[in-house]
Amino acid sequence: MEKILIRDFSLTYSDGQESLKQVNLAVPENAITVLFGPAGGGKSSLLRSINRLNELADVAEQKGQILLNGQDIYAPGVNPIDIRRKVGMVFSRPVVLPLSIYDNVIYGNSVAGQKNRKLLDQQVETALRQAVLWEEVHDRLNDPAAMLSGGQQQRLCLARVLALEPEVIMLDEPTSALDPVSTSKIESLLQELKRTYTIILAPHNTQQAARMADFAAFFLQGELIEYGTGDIMFTRPKDQRTQDYISGRFG
Amino acid sequence: MEIKLRKYFTPARKEKIGESTLILFGLITVLPIIALIVFIIIKGLPAISWTFLTEMPKNGMREGGILPAIIGTFYLTLGTALFAVPPGIAAAIFLAEYAPDNRATRLIRIAIVNLAGIPSVVYGLFGLGLFVIFLKFGISILAASLTLSIMTLPVIISTAEEALRAVPSSFRVVSISLGATRWQTIRRIVLPQALPGILTGVILGLERAAGETAPILFTGAAFFLPRLPQSPMDATMALPYHLFVISTQVPGMPVDIQYGTVLVLLAFVLGMNILASVIRSRARARRQW
Repeated sequence: MEKILIRDFSLTYSDGQESLKQVNLAVPENAITVLFGPAGGGKSSLLRSINRLNELADVAEQKGQILLNGQDIYAPGVNPIDIRRKVGMVFSRPVVLPLSIYDNVIYGNSVAGQKNRKLLDQQVETALRQAVLWEEVHDRLNDPAAMLSGGQQQRLCLARVLALEPEVIMLDEPTSALDPVSTSKIESLLQELKRTYTIILAPHNTQQAARMADFAAFFLQGELIEYGTGDIMFTRPKDQRTQDYISGRFG
Repeated sequence: MEIKLRKYFTPARKEKIGESTLILFGLITVLPIIALIVFIIIKGLPAISWTFLTEMPKNGMREGGILPAIIGTFYLTLGTALFAVPPGIAAAIFLAEYAPDNRATRLIRIAIVNLAGIPSVVYGLFGLGLFVIFLKFGISILAASLTLSIMTLPVIISTAEEALRAVPSSFRVVSISLGATRWQTIRRIVLPQALPGILTGVILGLERAAGETAPILFTGAAFFLPRLPQSPMDATMALPYHLFVISTQVPGMPVDIQYGTVLVLLAFVLGMNILASVIRSRARARRQW
């Protein structure tokens, strides 16, 4: 069943650069959907449209619909904050907020007005356990988050999103700044998480795309070229451009 | 000859000459301030005593202390802080975090830049017209503080805005993506990070206000007042104006009292400066990005 349905979605930034052209895409529930393709293809723009983060950028024109659970997220009266709590996002560079580890994890819940210390404690532990970080940090939760290593910081960013108890997790090249060990930790983590969450991943290379994809969508210059299950997309794609990209002829 | 010279000026030698020239000019800029401070301390220190700091002036200000001027400058600085800091920081938050890039915003920026360029005596006359006469505050601490506040605003606004903009924008994006509102993002993340920079700007602005003579000349400063100000509606003596008075208006003024007054004013202003540096360096040591 599809969690997110994108219909004829187009987006143009005010510097004249068109970033998405008539994208149609269905994102299935409890699976990893991979968006791949060369840089500037529109993957990030699409991700930022799905949680309405694009509203911080200079969007000149936007057409089409994005449905989450069948509801148009851009319909009048929809609060973008509700959308962002349902669709969490992890960015390419681990950005920990200048707060303690604890306060980073509960940031989303705390801004939502949650104050019950016991409940927050519990959410911190659950989220950190889910992100496989608890064992490493449970005895120093009040230390500044910036003291963690890059790989730990990125798992903290994931824990921070998990603490929101979202329905969808989007990750925009989450391992591009990480070493191979941290990368494989994050990857196996995502394989675990997809049982409970819908995951959209923009991987930072084709190998990762092939490893992770249940479903894959190939983006080129703002267009969705081809979409299919992971095993078909990375072994016998239909479109010549997809084939060229996967075989490393450009990118 | 020319060839010889070219041989002499090898890139390494040129580098050395260039570097030492730059060091020399660096030192030259430090010299005046050191010379000034040392000179004032040597000349002014003999006048400094408990009596000098805690008593009223006597005998046409030729004897006694400068307490009313010290207290007056303290009140004026406090009043300026009260009137300039809240709107200054609010304006900076608006400009750095909310203001769209349109004609109105540009107009505000131009106004701030120009406000910073206006000579201080003009502020004095403006304060006289607006606060003293039109609003009927009279020659008072209130009118003088308000005048100094207007003069200080641009300094506070521009340094605070700069401090806010120095906070990485990725913090804002992440905070918003976790469901925070813009204001929550500012209050919880951006402001705490920018606070040391903002405080530095505030102190530097107030320091300038404390040392100004012209803006208070027509708005709040008294030539001689043998008592301490009792309310914001009182006029007051103040260090910079007192200095002007005893240096030019009082015949037979002992020189050491003049230098002593300079030293007190200098200590007041430099003390604030040092406070600003301490805040800045401590914040830098704690910074996490």
